[in-house]
Formats: sequence, C-alpha cells, structure tokens
Amino acid sequence: MPPHLGDSHRRFLQSMMSNSVMDEQQARLYTSQCVPDKLDDFIETINSKLQPMFMQIRKGMSEDNGQQYYALVNMAETDVTRMSSDYADNELELFRKTMDLIVSSENGKVSSTDVLNVADTLTIKKLKKSEAEQVLNRLVQDKWLNEKRGEFSLSIKCIIEMEPYIRRMYEDQLKMCHICHNVAFQCQICDSPTCGIKIHNPCVARYFKGRVEPRCPACDEFWPYEIPGN
Amino acid sequence: MTQRKRLSNTQGRRSDPLEEDDSDLTFTQPSTSQVQRGLDKFTGSQMDQKAAEVIQYILVKDQKKIPVRRADLVKHVLKDYRYIYPEIMKRVLQTFDQVFGLKLVEIDTKNHLYILINKLEPQEGAAGPPNPKMGLLFVILSLIFMKRGAVKESECFQCLLYICGERHEQFGDVKKLVTDEFVRQRYLECVRIPHTEPVEFEFHWGQRAELEVSKAKILDFMGELHNQDPQTWSQQYKEAHAPPPAAPSTSQPNHSQR
Repeated sequence: MPPHLGDSHRRFLQSMMSNSVMDEQQARLYTSQCVPDKLDDFIETINSKLQPMFMQIRKGMSEDNGQQYYALVNMAETDVTRMSSDYADNELELFRKTMDLIVSSENGKVSSTDVLNVADTLTIKKLKKSEAEQVLNRLVQDKWLNEKRGEFSLSIKCIIEMEPYIRRMYEDQLKMCHICHNVAFQCQICDSPTCGIKIHNPCVARYFKGRVEPRCPACDEFWPYEIPGN
Repeated sequence: MTQRKRLSNTQGRRSDPLEEDDSDLTFTQPSTSQVQRGLDKFTGSQMDQKAAEVIQYILVKDQKKIPVRRADLVKHVLKDYRYIYPEIMKRVLQTFDQVFGLKLVEIDTKNHLYILINKLEPQEGAAGPPNPKMGLLFVILSLIFMKRGAVKESECFQCLLYICGERHEQFGDVKKLVTDEFVRQRYLECVRIPHTEPVEFEFHWGQRAELEVSKAKILDFMGELHNQDPQTWSQQYKEAHAPPPAAPSTSQPNHSQR
C-alpha cells in the first residue's frame, strides 16, 4: 500500500500544475523535505493517487541537453485539445502539421519556411504567412516548440505532455532510440542501409564517450558522425 | 477601451467571456429521494470516474483562473449524474484536499461560481522562481489595503508607472494585465465610483485575493519596507489580525435555498 501524501507531495504537484515542466534539480528541492528522499519513490507515491484521474507525472529527456525533466500528463488526452483554450482551431491545425513535418524529418527539425508553406494548405480557415509566423512565435513562447537559428523542434514539454497523442498519431512513423528506447526526434542514424538504428544526440554523447573509433551497437559498422562532447 | 463594470449579477451581460448558460435555472438541488435513486443507479467506481472528470474540468478552468460555474459543470460533465451531485462533489472535494492540497470555494452563492484556492501554508524559502506577475499584484493589493480598501484607478496606475512603466518586458501592457487579467481572475475588483462625471473607477480586493492573500503578511511586508512596526498602522493591524469570519461559505452545496 503506497504511503499517504504529505504537504511536500502536494506542493510539488501544485508547482507542476503551474510551471508545467520541472528539471531534476528543481524537483529535488521538494523531496529534501521528505524522508526517504528518493525522487522516484516520491513521484510514484503521487502518481498512485493521480491514476484514478488519468493523470501522471512523467519523465522525459531533453534532446538538447540530455537532462531529465518532469511534467504532468493527462493520459486520457488523445489530441492536442489541452491547447484549445489558447489557440484557435486553424492555429491548432498548423501546430499539428508542424508536428507532422518534424516527425517525418530526418533531424527532428523544420524550417520556418516549410511551416509557412504549409499554412497555405490548411483545411480550416487558412492563415496568412504573417499570421502563421505569429502562431509559431506564440508556440515558442508557450514552450511547445523550441527555435534555434530559424529551425523549430519539439520542446521537452511537448514531448512529455503530448506523448499519448504522439504515440497514437504517428505510431509506426516514430523513430525510437536504440539506447534509451524512447521516442527520438533529433537523433543520429546508423549509416549502414541494413541497420539504420537511431540514437538521441545526448545518448550518443553518453554511449560513445571517449571512444576513438565509435561503432554501431547493433551492426558494428563505423559510426561516422561527430560525437557531441568528444 | 475595455468595458469595466462591477461583476455583479444585477447587470445583464458579463464583461468576461464566461460561457453563457441559463440552465442553472433548471438545476435545483436534488431531493433526498432523487439522490437515493441516483445512488442505486450507479456503481462506486462509476461515481469515482465521474468525480475524476469533474476534477479534470475544474483543473483546466482553474489553470486560467476562470471561476467554474455549477451550471456548466452539470451540463458538460455531470449530465446523467446530476441527481447525485452532492455525492460526486463529496469525492471531488476530498480528492482536491488530500491529493492537491486545494480547496474548492463558492465565491458567488447566487450564481454558484467556484474557485480553487491553495490551502497549504506558503513555505519559507519556497522552491521555484518568484512569479513577477504575483509580485506586481502584491504591490497593488498592498496599496489598496493600506488605503483601507479602495484605490482610485488613476492613482493606482500613477503608482505603477513609477514602479514598472507602461510596458514591461515580462507583463506586456501593464494596464491590460491589471484591468483585464487580475480582475477576471478575481484578484481585483473594479468598481464604479458613484456620482463621478466623467465616470471613475476604483480597485478593491477581489474574492480570490481575500481568500488567498494574507493581510497580516502584507502588513509585515510594509513594516519591513518602511522600517516600522506593523502595529503602528493600528487600523490595518486590527483588520489584518481579526479572527476569520465564522463558518465561511464552503464548497458543500447549500442545502437551504437562499
């Protein structure tokens, strides 16, 4: 029988609800009040109480810095409807299409030009290019997308909170990381045509750390890419 | 110019975009026999499931700090379960209390509006980054409190102009934040000053502020700011440390018709 919740658990949960994504360091500030202070157990206790409401605190790794983040997820949501109070229907359609582009891209990124082109093809009320640009800016501001050098990728908030939707929507299209077995958008892909396994950039850095001659863990072919951090 | 009126039910149109719904007129408290029939009809786990949906609904609304209307709750979530509303709400309240440390409070007993407030004691050295919007709100609430409950709109903005200017890098349009957001969230109330021509408005503490913000803490803050003992403001001190009103309106549905 999992232990009862204390005020530390409740504070953590309230903070999750208002901040929406928390990194590991921030999360540990809450468990320090608890005995035992193991973060995973702490979260498991909360999750056991959240389950009847189809909510869970889930963990995800940022594809940018490899750090762990925590977010509150509505497991029953199978669409992007949680954003519907902030975005109009055609804006949500643009977001979905942006996600389509990112999922089908090789490097998990999409240029603003590509997204703006898609704005023309919306079935619900079309968006002008300038309007679409505004929507993209808001999506970045609201932390659903990351933007770097004119290219957009899915934020860690998006990846964690939309996971049920992403898995359901893209199923077979999704790339999976060979090392950590989670969904991968920004990753390196094995050069060998018969292999083609994918590894997250941070997972590459960890797995191949210090190796002079990196080789694919699945097919042993030379791993031809730059190892981040080596 | 945004329309600013006292948010009261004596005026027809509301100034904030709450869902227009008149079915509250048709929802009356179920009778005990209706409740009993309802309880017989649904299993415990079905009721738990429905309670979970109610909780989800309220949490989503509360994220935007929009008060929840009982009529909307009944129409959009409870539906067939409306006759066992008291039973469902009992589970809802318990979960909010035990899992989230939140309390569902009725702020408008005529129109049955509810908000969620934090019932956990704010911690010393609380974790998490300070929220600049709340900082600004705190300043405004302090101003109103020290002025014994009301500050003219113009005076308030004059004061804020010194502090943060008209546009702030994080808040954006300060006036809009205060008159739109804070009022809609019930942190502030914007009230028309009678017999003023052209019409002038003043700010009062809103219902959410009354429930969530401690006047004693504001006074302590003032004391630190001015390097004075809070007790030197004797009237404010009395108000801040007055005993809480007996039997505050709670989230249990009223069993007596008002």
